Amino acid sequence: MSASAVFVLDLKGKVLICRNYKGDVDMSEIDHFFTLLVQQEEEGLLCPVMSHGNVHFLWIKHSNLYLVATTNKNSNASLVYAFLYKLVEVFTEYFKELEEESIQDNFVVVYELLDELMDFGFPQTTDSKILQEYITQQGNKLEVAKTKVPTTVTNAVSWRSEGIRYKKNEVFIDVIESINVLVNANGSVMSSDIVGSIKLKTMLSGMPELRLGLNDRMLFALTGRDKGKAVTMEDVKFHQCVRLSRFESDRTISFIPPDGESELMSYRINTHVKPLIWIESVIEKFSHSRVEIMVKAKGQFKKQSVANNVEIRVPVPSDADSPKFKTSTGHAKYVPEKNLVVWSIKSFPGGKEFLMRAHFGLPSVENHEMEGRPPITVKFEIPYFTVSGIQVRYMKIIEKSGYQALPWVRYITQSGGERRFLNG
Amino acid sequence: MTDSKYFTTTKKGEIFELKAELNSDKKEKKKEAVKKVIASMTVGKDVSALFPDVVNCMQTDNLELKKLVYLYLMNYAKSQPDMAIMAVNTFVKDCEDLNPLIRALAVRTMGCIRVDKITEYLCEPLRKCLKDEDPYVRKTAAVCVAKLHDINAQLVEDQGFLDTLKDLISDSNPMVVANAVAALSEIAESHPNSNLLDLNPQTINKLLTALNECTEWGQIFILDCLASYLPRDDRESQSICERVTPRLSHANSAVVLSAVKVLMKFMEMLPKDLDYYGTLLKKLAPPLVTLLSAEPELQYVALRNINLIVQKRPEILKHEMKVFFVKYNDPIYVKLEKLDIMIRLASQANIAQVLAELKEYATEVDVDFVRKAVRAIGRCAIKVEQSAERCVSTLLDLIQTKVNYVVQEAIVVIKDIFRKYPNKYESVIATLCENLDSLDEPEARAAMIWIVGEYAERIDNADELLESFLEGFHDESTQVQLQLLTAIVKLFLKKPTETQELVQQVLSLATQDSDNPDLRDRGYIYWRLLSTDPVAAKEVVLAEKPLISEETDLIEPTLLEELICHIGTLASVYHKPPSAFVEGSRGVQHKRLPPRAGSGESTESPDVGQSGPSEAPPAVIPSQGDLLGDLLNLDLAPPTATVPSVQPSMQMGAMDLLGGGLDSLMGAGLGAAPAAMPASLGGAPAVGGGLGDLFDLGGGVGMPTGSYVAPKTVWLLAMKAKGLEISGTFARRGGIIQMDLSLTNKAMSVMTDFAIQFNRNSFGLAPAGPLQVLTPLSPNQTIDVSLPLSTSGPVMKMEPLNNLQVIYPPTK
Repeated sequence: MSASAVFVLDLKGKVLICRNYKGDVDMSEIDHFFTLLVQQEEEGLLCPVMSHGNVHFLWIKHSNLYLVATTNKNSNASLVYAFLYKLVEVFTEYFKELEEESIQDNFVVVYELLDELMDFGFPQTTDSKILQEYITQQGNKLEVAKTKVPTTVTNAVSWRSEGIRYKKNEVFIDVIESINVLVNANGSVMSSDIVGSIKLKTMLSGMPELRLGLNDRMLFALTGRDKGKAVTMEDVKFHQCVRLSRFESDRTISFIPPDGESELMSYRINTHVKPLIWIESVIEKFSHSRVEIMVKAKGQFKKQSVANNVEIRVPVPSDADSPKFKTSTGHAKYVPEKNLVVWSIKSFPGGKEFLMRAHFGLPSVENHEMEGRPPITVKFEIPYFTVSGIQVRYMKIIEKSGYQALPWVRYITQSGGERRFLNG
Repeated sequence: MTDSKYFTTTKKGEIFELKAELNSDKKEKKKEAVKKVIASMTVGKDVSALFPDVVNCMQTDNLELKKLVYLYLMNYAKSQPDMAIMAVNTFVKDCEDLNPLIRALAVRTMGCIRVDKITEYLCEPLRKCLKDEDPYVRKTAAVCVAKLHDINAQLVEDQGFLDTLKDLISDSNPMVVANAVAALSEIAESHPNSNLLDLNPQTINKLLTALNECTEWGQIFILDCLASYLPRDDRESQSICERVTPRLSHANSAVVLSAVKVLMKFMEMLPKDLDYYGTLLKKLAPPLVTLLSAEPELQYVALRNINLIVQKRPEILKHEMKVFFVKYNDPIYVKLEKLDIMIRLASQANIAQVLAELKEYATEVDVDFVRKAVRAIGRCAIKVEQSAERCVSTLLDLIQTKVNYVVQEAIVVIKDIFRKYPNKYESVIATLCENLDSLDEPEARAAMIWIVGEYAERIDNADELLESFLEGFHDESTQVQLQLLTAIVKLFLKKPTETQELVQQVLSLATQDSDNPDLRDRGYIYWRLLSTDPVAAKEVVLAEKPLISEETDLIEPTLLEELICHIGTLASVYHKPPSAFVEGSRGVQHKRLPPRAGSGESTESPDVGQSGPSEAPPAVIPSQGDLLGDLLNLDLAPPTATVPSVQPSMQMGAMDLLGGGLDSLMGAGLGAAPAAMPASLGGAPAVGGGLGDLFDLGGGVGMPTGSYVAPKTVWLLAMKAKGLEISGTFARRGGIIQMDLSLTNKAMSVMTDFAIQFNRNSFGLAPAGPLQVLTPLSPNQTIDVSLPLSTSGPVMKMEPLNNLQVIYPPTK
């Protein structure tokens, strides 16, 4: 059904640790993986599925590691990739960083986790919070906890343990919207969408029942009933904990939240948004001598809002040298290893306009290699503001002990990558 | 303190030391030692020698130590099957431990010890665990049944575990249900006829209830299992769909894809006029689009599946073109897949946008991507007729960039455009010809040559252009050689006066100097056609070509249906049925979509709106190995758009033309090329007129040995040779070329004193000995003689090349 075995390899293709789940694929088959990978890389035809004989390798890369699953069946490929990414997530929560060193430093726990996360190729409990209740870093702790029955693992509510206590019951709600805008060389918006996400930080005792209320405009958008308005929600995804069938029937977002941080829901809105920071650029390349870059940035959002930590990344030719900058605000920096000029502006009020000029020398011997034409990208964050107009109306918290709890809401809009392509 | 310290012991006598430590009395030391053993195992050292010592540590109340020992056991039990029995007792004991974690651990590990001998000892503990009060143990035991079945299927059946497993589908705990379903599906997969998963409305209902409560992975197991169910009617189908659709909002991409699979399959049963059918179609698009914001590998799987979905139900995503626009940072495999889907979705409504994008892509740096983008422009031209002109001009712009691989790719697609819209865009030919010299890829050269041949009458210097290719004829790839041959023949038929020499040249290059049987065959066919009946030649070579289909590389409908049933799996990624890449699955039934709703409708008809690409069922599946098809496929069609079917009239004509020649063409190969020449007799005035047909004996297929000899044919008719009829053939026996002759006296008088003489010929053929006809030939008598030949005679180039004149003076 899914993986026969899972391997963690270093960048040279050496197996750091592995687990054979089904025994139907020879473990030495992994030796072919790296050869195949190098071969594909050379041909420029890298693919996340590779096969050797009747063995298939499904792999992902994370920092300096390859995570590889092998199979000789018609496995559910999306399940395998989702599982490999889940592995990364769990390991990262256990070891902070998932990399070669952390695997070696914690091989005992890694083995334990691999044993618990998957059985005979079937993913099992993969919620790291729950796992941490019975697989701990310190082996000796286990002896104390060993009689504990991991009820949560098999409960219908498999993401929250019973008996959680907080002195002060609070829940923090972050509404974060990322704007993706693609502008072509002529300055027209090719595509734009908003990817929103509602994140929770739950610090609530017991087994609370929560209900999230959004403003009508959003709710209508969710139901798709509202055809006239500009905003329609294209797609919504919910955390495991949300009762999907309930939402389907009466649009109520009700759930028992996981403890601590989690993403409750994400949504995607296809709508015409203009770039919040409009970029115009003139790049003049005088072969063999210099490149002159002029970038104008304009804040196209409400005057009372401010965009923070604005970063405008402008690509430059790889053989450019001796940079000189002039900016009307913020400062510009040349990042030669990425062939970029990064213009950072700490705070960028709405309606304002700023300018940056850059001058680079070019070598007299021309670089004959074709270079890609990466777009200008903009990064920023605007607090207290959402493009879609989504609002959290209420968060009802009901727990049988009847405590009072406070919800806190915060709104942020950030760029998911506004890109502007340059003229060829 | 980290675990890395355990990796550092590399001293000599390590095993010995570890042995001592493992047998230490101190718990802590023991545990450290086991960790060292596991560390050595991890780095690939063989520590199997420590088996008994490690197993001795198994009986411990330290859970971590126990886990490590179990891990060791799983790794080495198979290599030490006899010793593995030592562990059985502990397993049995652990399965009764008070701590459910230990019970589960024992039952989980037990199943991973793939030693046949110990399996029967495990049955009792497993039986208990399947009925354990703790769901954690039960869900682990459920999987253990699948493991055991893998080792010893008979045992599992005899012990009645399968029934227990089926009972677990009704378990109160959703995790147990999910694992039981997973285990049963796994077992059913290896035993396709076992009818294990006899799903009925009751079990389906249980599964759907569990679906709402189990983990994301459990949901996938259940959805995948649901997908194999065949609802009784459209009502049931709809109610299942209704309960599955909420899964489309799940954050896990794999859950979404498995839900899509169920819906795509069950939708087939819904009547199309049902409101719900339309609702469902609408509901499918957004989650599919959202999959494109997942991690790149998941995007890739999603895109490969969307490619199938778009072919099956184009209406779902027809308005979503924009989301498939390529992002600058997409990995190449995502870019290429998106491009493919863009072409499938291209329609009159969105073509302007698509073209603008494609043009943008064609100026990127990634060669493979650029090539595919250029190709895509060509495919748009073929698909959306209204856009053809714009596409062609875009391609011309790209040719002006003079980027070598762009130019070549553009020429290849322009050839296809010519095939689709004949005589429409010849004005671009001049531009194409300018780039002739820069073409270095066979496909592009072949395409260019095809264009020159096809439009030879409109290109003033077509002969010069083609002649320029002829110089390096033997260095060209087969593709180019074949194309060149055909193009020059076309040219000759169109402008016979100036190009006679050229055509002679190419025919002799193809037939005489080439080792490639395809090329020689084609050469001979043309040659014969041209020499016997130029009118017929014209009809064949310049026949109107069938238009190429607008939709290329569509997946064949039955395969598509099967793949839809495998959404999310490797089969859907490879676009191949599982039987093509999974060993031992050949006997397995191919999955099919449920029969369409409504009896009046045909099962296959794709329910497409107005402009759906799959509306026209593709007739493009080339029938391989069809000799006639191959022979007649005179023009190099692009591999993706093979000539669908040869027009009947043309086929008939060709049959006649080739007639009897076909046999000898295929079979008359006498081994080496020179021996396989056609012969024509004649020479002496007496026997003049006996010019045999050029092709009667035409050969060329290089048979490995001389085992086959073409039947004798009449070379000389009696009436033309004063009563002597000669029929003959060439053969190769023991490496010697022989001419087999049958001489028949049809005259009234006896013939004697036979002799033979070869005129100078292209092959240097000459008799190696005298003709042995010892007895006089009486009237109406026939004798057979074999004349050994050698190739040492004088060589003289003949016109045509394989003309062989033999003087055969019968003395009276």
